[in-house]
Amino acid sequence: MNSRIAAAIVLSATVSLAACKSPAPEQLPPEPGVSQPTTGGNTGGPGVGTQEHFVRAVNGQNVIYFDTDRYNIDTADAAALQTQAQYMSQYPNITVTIEGHADERGTREYNLALGERRANAAKNYLVSLGIAANRIRTVSYGEERPVATASTPEAWAKNRRAVTVVVN
Amino acid sequence: MRFLLASLALLIASPVLAQNEDLGTAPPVGGEVETVPTPGDGDEDGGLSVNVSFEGSLDDLQLAIPAFAAERDVATAANAQGTAALGAELARVITADLQNNGLFAPTGPDALPKPNYPQITDPVWNMWRMRGAEMLVQGYVRPRADGKLVVGCYLYDVALNDELARSGWVVPPSDWRRAAHKCADLVYSRLTGESPFFDSRIAYIAETGPKDNRTKRLAIMDSDGANHRFITTGRATALTPRYSPDYRKLMYLSYVDGNPRIYIYDIGTGRQTLVTESSNPTFAPRWSPDGRWVLYSMAVNGNTDIYRVSANGGPSERLTDAPGIDVGGSYSPDGTRIVFESDRSGAQQIYMMNADGSNQRRITFFGGRAATPEWSPRGDQIAFTYIPGDFNIATMSPDGKNFRKLTDGWQDEAPTWAPNGRILQFFRTERNTGRTAIYQVDLTGENLRRLPTPVDASDPAWGPILP
Repeated sequence: MNSRIAAAIVLSATVSLAACKSPAPEQLPPEPGVSQPTTGGNTGGPGVGTQEHFVRAVNGQNVIYFDTDRYNIDTADAAALQTQAQYMSQYPNITVTIEGHADERGTREYNLALGERRANAAKNYLVSLGIAANRIRTVSYGEERPVATASTPEAWAKNRRAVTVVVN
Repeated sequence: MRFLLASLALLIASPVLAQNEDLGTAPPVGGEVETVPTPGDGDEDGGLSVNVSFEGSLDDLQLAIPAFAAERDVATAANAQGTAALGAELARVITADLQNNGLFAPTGPDALPKPNYPQITDPVWNMWRMRGAEMLVQGYVRPRADGKLVVGCYLYDVALNDELARSGWVVPPSDWRRAAHKCADLVYSRLTGESPFFDSRIAYIAETGPKDNRTKRLAIMDSDGANHRFITTGRATALTPRYSPDYRKLMYLSYVDGNPRIYIYDIGTGRQTLVTESSNPTFAPRWSPDGRWVLYSMAVNGNTDIYRVSANGGPSERLTDAPGIDVGGSYSPDGTRIVFESDRSGAQQIYMMNADGSNQRRITFFGGRAATPEWSPRGDQIAFTYIPGDFNIATMSPDGKNFRKLTDGWQDEAPTWAPNGRILQFFRTERNTGRTAIYQVDLTGENLRRLPTPVDASDPAWGPILP
């Protein structure tokens, strides 16, 4: 029994260490809170390295949007990505995942490829602004994770997006 | 403390174990069904040389399917009620097969007298004629000494007092439904001249939950929806399954490690492996008809191309190199050509290439987009998602001619062929709710129907006739 308790203590230390060091999440990242900047309480706000801190610092511009079946970076996207790049320059230890998404009006496999294109377009723009490529991971969710659930042009426009998510 | 140990077990799990984390209990591996001689064999075997007496539409045919006879009512592992009850159940499955596909309007065992064992090979012709039956399906079931079931199936032309077809099979008790599907296939093939398709399985994605938080699980079922099983637990999103031609493996996309990757799930071991060891995302898995090759699509720096790899692993060969999205792919039945989807022209269209990637050329010029091509097992047609605005299922010849639109849904996509190339399944998404269901339609555009599934369903993949 004693040895079991000892083992548990060692294990718990290992677990917390591993949890701190592990750069990649075991689980899928949670649904990102999109364009709404979090309004922090009176406790001083979220800390560096959190998604809330990032979203607030870039003024909600952690999401960029695309036209139907397109993946080009337009001027609004460029402005948002410049803000993101400034943040990443200011906090050089932060790494991000860019999630590429598509609307439901595409075939499933094509949308996976389209999400890849969008995530990589955003990544390449950040890299062109001097952010190291190895600080940016990309993942495509295709049409699998809509934020707007109606079947309308307005909802589809909200779902054709690339979301930058801070990895702790 | 238990919790800590469990956490540790998860943390130190090797990558191989991690990729198995979303897997449930492995389904049983089906055995082969043995065909046996049936009483009466040795006569002229009732092949295509015998004329069938009816003319006109098959669904006007008076087709009677009474309960299969048991020589003696004995216990069997197939059910709790013994072989007599199983005989009625066999006839019900055959009736449902032939009825649900819209081809026939048969009369099943619950509305018919029950022939006894000797009458199976010696029908009471006058009685069936007086009941208005034109065709008669009779059969028997008896357990062998080893516990396996012997099932015989006979098709009679009542007007001609003639036998049109017969066959018999030995099945493990757990596979008794396969004998019924084999009998339905025998009847269907003899009366339509088409190849069989009932004795087959479907892999698909079972969907639950709200549209913005959908759970998507890999699941399998028989062609009539029976023997339904979930393969994954739903912890990770699963998409786009494909049965291997021998039904021993399933390829599908999973986000189990956080990235979209294709896994090859071994039904015998219940374990899975990556289709290729690459950090790049892989999707759109496809088997070659002989099961020796695998096609997959992989995005490298945002550009998606189609690759080919041996089903046993080894180096991959890149088949496309266009700057556009090249995705999917479906082999011709002889394995020499691949039809695939590309947006290299600016929007999704369908292209053809040789199996080594050479001679790539566009074949669709209908206006609108064209996606997800699937080559018919007969070789004469290619089914695809036709997108003039809404999403429809359509077919064309392999040369891009003979375009034919089969469905009119708001979003019908991803057709898959029945083993005989006469029926297509696809999935239909409902506007706004995002709810999905598998539908099927004849090659003629007739007999559209929804397949019953326990929950919402998408990405159907119909396998070949079972071995």
